[in-house]
Amino acid sequence: MVVDTPVREPVTPPSRTRARGVLGSWDLLVVVALIAVIIVGSLTIDGVGNPRFYRFVILEAIPIALIALPMTLIVITGEIDLSVASTVGLTCSVMGWLWQAGVTSLPLLIAISLALGAVLGAVNGVFVTVFGLPSLAVTIGTLALYRGLAYVVLGDRAVADYPISWTTNMIAPIPGTVVPWFVLVVAVLAVLFGVLLHATPIGRGLYAIGNNAEASAYSGIAVLKTKFWLFVATGVVAALAGVFWTFRFASARADNANGLELSVVAAVLLGGVSIFGGRGGLLGVVAAVALLGTLRNALQLADVPANALTIVTGTLLIASVVGPNVVRMARGRLRRRPPPAERTQP
Amino acid sequence: MRTTGVRVVAATVLAALTLAMGACAEDGSGTDTGSSDAGAAPGTIKEGLKIAFLPKQVNNPYFETSDNKGGKSAVEEFKGAYSQTGPSEASPSAQVSYINTLSQQQTDVIVVSANDKDAICGALTEAKTAGAKIVTYDSDTKPECRDVFVNQATADGIAKSQIKLISDAVGPDGGEIAILSATANATNQNAWIEMMKTELAKPEYAKLKLVDTVYGDDQDEKSFQEAQGLLAKHPNLKGIISPTTVGVAAAARYLSGSSYKGKVQLTGLGTPNQMRAFVKDGTCKAFALWNPADLGYLAAYAGAALASGIITGKEGDTFKAGKLGEYKVGAGGEIVLGDPFTFEASNIDQFDF
Repeated sequence: MVVDTPVREPVTPPSRTRARGVLGSWDLLVVVALIAVIIVGSLTIDGVGNPRFYRFVILEAIPIALIALPMTLIVITGEIDLSVASTVGLTCSVMGWLWQAGVTSLPLLIAISLALGAVLGAVNGVFVTVFGLPSLAVTIGTLALYRGLAYVVLGDRAVADYPISWTTNMIAPIPGTVVPWFVLVVAVLAVLFGVLLHATPIGRGLYAIGNNAEASAYSGIAVLKTKFWLFVATGVVAALAGVFWTFRFASARADNANGLELSVVAAVLLGGVSIFGGRGGLLGVVAAVALLGTLRNALQLADVPANALTIVTGTLLIASVVGPNVVRMARGRLRRRPPPAERTQP
Repeated sequence: MRTTGVRVVAATVLAALTLAMGACAEDGSGTDTGSSDAGAAPGTIKEGLKIAFLPKQVNNPYFETSDNKGGKSAVEEFKGAYSQTGPSEASPSAQVSYINTLSQQQTDVIVVSANDKDAICGALTEAKTAGAKIVTYDSDTKPECRDVFVNQATADGIAKSQIKLISDAVGPDGGEIAILSATANATNQNAWIEMMKTELAKPEYAKLKLVDTVYGDDQDEKSFQEAQGLLAKHPNLKGIISPTTVGVAAAARYLSGSSYKGKVQLTGLGTPNQMRAFVKDGTCKAFALWNPADLGYLAAYAGAALASGIITGKEGDTFKAGKLGEYKVGAGGEIVLGDPFTFEASNIDQFDF
C-alpha cells in the first residue's frame, strides 16, 4: 500500500476549502450508494423498501447513529473512543440495578444514566488530556474495564420487568407513520453536532486540532479542554444510547451492545472521516449509518448468511479507508495541479 | 464557510425527512403471502408452509444437528419450505434483527432458541402480529411471546434416566455412587439431584447408596480434580453420575487414564463428540442427553400444526409429529420431547455435535 504521508495539509484557508470539496464528493458518493442500494434492493429483494423495512432499519440504526455523532467529532480531532459500547453496557446494568433497587422514576433513571455516562467519558478524557496517553490505548483499557464493571453490577442476570408502557413507548412510531419517534432525538442531536462542527469556531478548531494539534495549541485553541469535553459528550450520548437499548429490548444485561463500537467506527470511517483526523463531516457519517443499516437488512432479507454479511461490512470498511485517498489522488491528477511541496519528498 | 456548514446541515435534515416520508408513503402494503389455505383438510398439515429455524447462533454443531438434520427432514416430510438463519454470535440484539427479517419475509413459522427470554419478546410479538406462529425450542422466552415451547426434557425424566443408567452400569450388586455436579447453587442441577434422591429411594435401587455430591463448577480442571478426589475419598466407589457436559467429560478423562477405568462406572449428561473416545475405550458404557435432531423435528411439526390450525397452543391440544408419534400440549404451552436419549457404543457414531 502506498502511504500518502502528507495527508495532513497545512491549515490555511485555501487548502481547507479544497479539502472540503474533496470530502463533499465522498459524502455524495455515500449518499448515491445509499440511494442505489434502496432502489436496487426494492426492485430485486422482496420486502426491501416497504414501510416495515424502514422501521426495522431505523430501530437498528438509532444507537449507532447516536454514538456516531460525537464519535465523528472525536475522530476529526485525531482521537478515538473505543469504550462506547462498554459505556452502553455499563449504563444498562446500572439502570437495571437501580430499577431493581427501587428507583422507579423514569426521569430520575435517565438523569442518573446520563450523569454516569458523563463520568465514564470524563475518565477517558482525563487519561487522554491530563496524563497525555493515546486515546486508542486508554479506551481499549476502559472498553474492558467498563464491560467488566457491568458484569460486577449485574452478573449474568437480565433485568426485564420494566413497565410495558416504558418499553412500548420507547419504540412507538410518530403518530400516522411507521417511523419510531426516537429518530427525532437523533435528528435534533445531529443538527446540534452538525452546527457545532460545521458552523462554529469550535468546529473549525476541531479540524485544526486534527490537522496539527501542536500548531493549534500555539494559535490559541484550547486543545486539551476541547478534547476532554468531547470525551464527556461521547460518554453522555453513549449513555443515552444505553437508555434506548434497555427499553428497546426490554432487557438490561451486562453484555448489551457488545461489539457496537466497531459498527460505530465503521460508519464514521465509511462516512469519509479520516482516521488520521482533520477530515470529514457529519452528512457523510449519517448517510453511512443509513447505508450500512439498509445494506445489512437488505442482504439479510436476501438470505445472505451471517458470515457473508460480516465480509461485506469488512470490505466496505477497507474501501472507506482506501477510497477517499484514491478519490483525492484522482482529483489531484485530473486538475493537473502541481503537487504540493511536501509531496515531492520521498 | 458558515453558509456551507448550514447548507450541509439542511441537506442532512432534508435527506432524513425524505427517507421518513418515503417510509410512510407505502404504509399497509405487502401483507398477502398467498399461502395455501385451499384444499387442506382439517387435521392435516398444509403444504408449502415457510418454516424458518433461528438458533442461538449459526455454525454451532448442536444447532446444526437440531435444525439441518431434524428440522429439515420434518419440513421435507410435510412438503414445506425449510430455512435456517441466524447471527454468527449468540447475542439477543442480533437475533432481533433476524426475527424482523423473517417477519418481513412473511414466514409462516419461526422456530427460535432464545438468547434472552425478554429481549427478543418485542420482535416476536411483532412477528406474531404479522401472522407468524412462534415456536421456541431449546431455550424459552416469556410464555406470552410465543405459541408453544418444545422442551427437550423434564427434570423428572433426566433424574430417572440418570439413575437407570448408573444402575445398569454398576450391575445388580449395586454399591456406593457419587454425583459430580456443576455449581452448588445451580437451580437445574439441584432440582435434578433432589429428584435423583427420590428415585434412589425406590425399592429397585435399594442396593445403590449415594455417598457424596461434589461440585466442579463446570470448569474442566476443577471437575477433573473433584473426580480424582472422589475416588481417593471413597475407595469402594462403584459409580459416578455427572449431569453436566463439562463434568462428565472431565471425569471420563480422569477415569480413562487411571487404574479405575472400567471398574468405576460413569454416566451423565454429555455430548457425543466429547464422549465418543471414552465410550469406545470402555470408560463410559452409556450416557444421556436429548437428541437434538428429534428436538428440531418435533419443533418443526409443532410449528406446522400451529400454522395449519390443528393446535392453538392451549393445554390439551394434540397433534401427530411424524415418526415421533402423538404429542400433547402441556401446561403453559409446553411440549415435552420425552425421556432423554441414551448414547452408547452402538449408536454414538450416528451423531456429530
